[in-house]
Amino acid sequence: MSNQVDTGRRQFLTVATIATGAVGAAFAAVPFLASWKPSARAKALGAPVEVDISKVDPGAMIKVEWRGKAVYIVHRTPQMLTQLEGMAPKLRDPDSKQSEQPDFARNPARALKPEYLVLVGVCTHLGCAPLDRFTPGDVTVSSDWPGGFFCPCHGSKFDLSGRVFKDVPAPTNLSVPPYRFLSDSRLLIGAETGNA
Amino acid sequence: MSTSAETARRSGGRLAALRQWIDDRFPMTKMWKEHAAEYYAPKNFNFWYYFGSLALVVLVLQIVTGIFLTMNYKPSAADAFSSVEYIMRDVEWGWLIRYLHSTGASAFFIVVYLHMFRALLYGSYQKPRELLWIFGFLIYLCLMAEAFFGYLLPWGNMSYWGAQVIVSLFGAIPWIGTSLVEWIRGDYYISDVTLNRFFALHVVALPLALIFLVVAHILALHEVGSNNPDGIEIKKVKGPDGLPLDGIPFHPYYTVKDTVGVGVFLIVFCLIVFFAPEMGGYFLEHANFDPANPLQTPEHIAPVWYFTPFYAILRAVPNKLAGVGLMGAAVVLLAFVPWLDRGKVRSIRYRGPIFKAFLIAFAISFVALGWLGLQPATPGYTNAARVFGIAYFAFFLLMPWYTRIDRTRQPPDRVTYHAH
Repeated sequence: MSNQVDTGRRQFLTVATIATGAVGAAFAAVPFLASWKPSARAKALGAPVEVDISKVDPGAMIKVEWRGKAVYIVHRTPQMLTQLEGMAPKLRDPDSKQSEQPDFARNPARALKPEYLVLVGVCTHLGCAPLDRFTPGDVTVSSDWPGGFFCPCHGSKFDLSGRVFKDVPAPTNLSVPPYRFLSDSRLLIGAETGNA
Repeated sequence: MSTSAETARRSGGRLAALRQWIDDRFPMTKMWKEHAAEYYAPKNFNFWYYFGSLALVVLVLQIVTGIFLTMNYKPSAADAFSSVEYIMRDVEWGWLIRYLHSTGASAFFIVVYLHMFRALLYGSYQKPRELLWIFGFLIYLCLMAEAFFGYLLPWGNMSYWGAQVIVSLFGAIPWIGTSLVEWIRGDYYISDVTLNRFFALHVVALPLALIFLVVAHILALHEVGSNNPDGIEIKKVKGPDGLPLDGIPFHPYYTVKDTVGVGVFLIVFCLIVFFAPEMGGYFLEHANFDPANPLQTPEHIAPVWYFTPFYAILRAVPNKLAGVGLMGAAVVLLAFVPWLDRGKVRSIRYRGPIFKAFLIAFAISFVALGWLGLQPATPGYTNAARVFGIAYFAFFLLMPWYTRIDRTRQPPDRVTYHAH
């Protein structure tokens, strides 16, 4: 038996031990990291909500809460809908290619039924709440303002379909949440199928 | 073992015996000598050298007041706001403890920014102090995280929307952004869950990391020795006793000097705590006196003053991902300063006019960006932020060039010192 240290064997054992330990540590980290994900309760509280829209007058907007966010529901008038035409050259994403919405809302009205606009009221820039500035020429925005949504935090502007204008910080159109009509007057926000 | 304690008692009495008893089991005297009584610091420290010890004082203040605040604070969305009001109104001296903590946060950043500027003035990050600088940089990162997490805890409306804006910055990261943001919040919005975990990070995880890093920072400092306003190595000129001729023991010389600094600091600090704890909305923002409301954004969201230089850079960029990237770069670039600086001398005293001009432009830009970050984002202000942002980045990115071509002067062999 030799007294010489087998350095190759020693190095192999060192590397093998470290590698095994690292794998173990990685597995052990999983439960801790995963514990940060939304819990079962948070998921349950994030379930779809049902809204009565029969009392929303044409031209008016209501806000409902879904997953802690405001969802804007606008009853658009025919004039408001005609305003959307010819807006495209001023918009960054007129066809909603880069934006988040269910497939049924990938149109100029960004809606299932054009007269009802449903939007997540969270600016796609940094999450502030855009204000409704539907009157064209509203001086609080600018004199050539065509009407739409205006974010007071960093000045992002959106048209009456929540489509973002060019040259503002927000990168994409306001999101459209998944929703469906349960009847003419009842809206389900948070799911495209099923009930509340 | 017992024999040395025995000898000590015979020669120096019971107290000396106790000290020897401890020293035989723990390196108490050895550590005291290494880090205070026989730590030789340059004798030419000036005003700028107060801020390291002041940062330590503020750290202790924050830890002590923080511990007492947790005794009455409730980290839940339902109770957080009212528990802070309870501390302010009903807890004996609660208002003082809370104002000490909230003013302490701003004081921490004032002191740390001056401490960092000192290092830029005198080249205190240059070889062999790179790691010392890196530890300092990590402390600064921890401090920013600590301030951010702490700001959510009062659960005021600015707390809420500030957190909303900062957390959604991570959403700009391609592919993983959305799920990363959900993971950080633990919910689909900033909720009770988020508040609870921010509390855990603010009072346990980050203070531990901060204390560890401060110890590493001081150990690294004492390993390489302090720099000084002349930026020369005092260890190069030693007396026959092997001690640097321009060095004096930290204790008692600098413990006494720093005590005076702490005294002056506490006078100013107490004036703010007692007479202007909100500092006109700069230290405690007015919108935060309304409880958090997920459906109502404050008219104008601005972070507290110490983050506004970076916030101004974020807003100056019209592209979200690029804005977030540049804001991150504005912070991270600091870590690379030891390698960006190719200057042959350390101190500003012996640098040439180009470095001086760049450093002045940098300091002005930092303050100007800080002011702009507090203003609403009008086109004029945004353009101004772009100009100052370019100056800010130029300081770092052009540093390898201008520090090399700058005409420097030969520093003296001994430190500049006038006896008084």
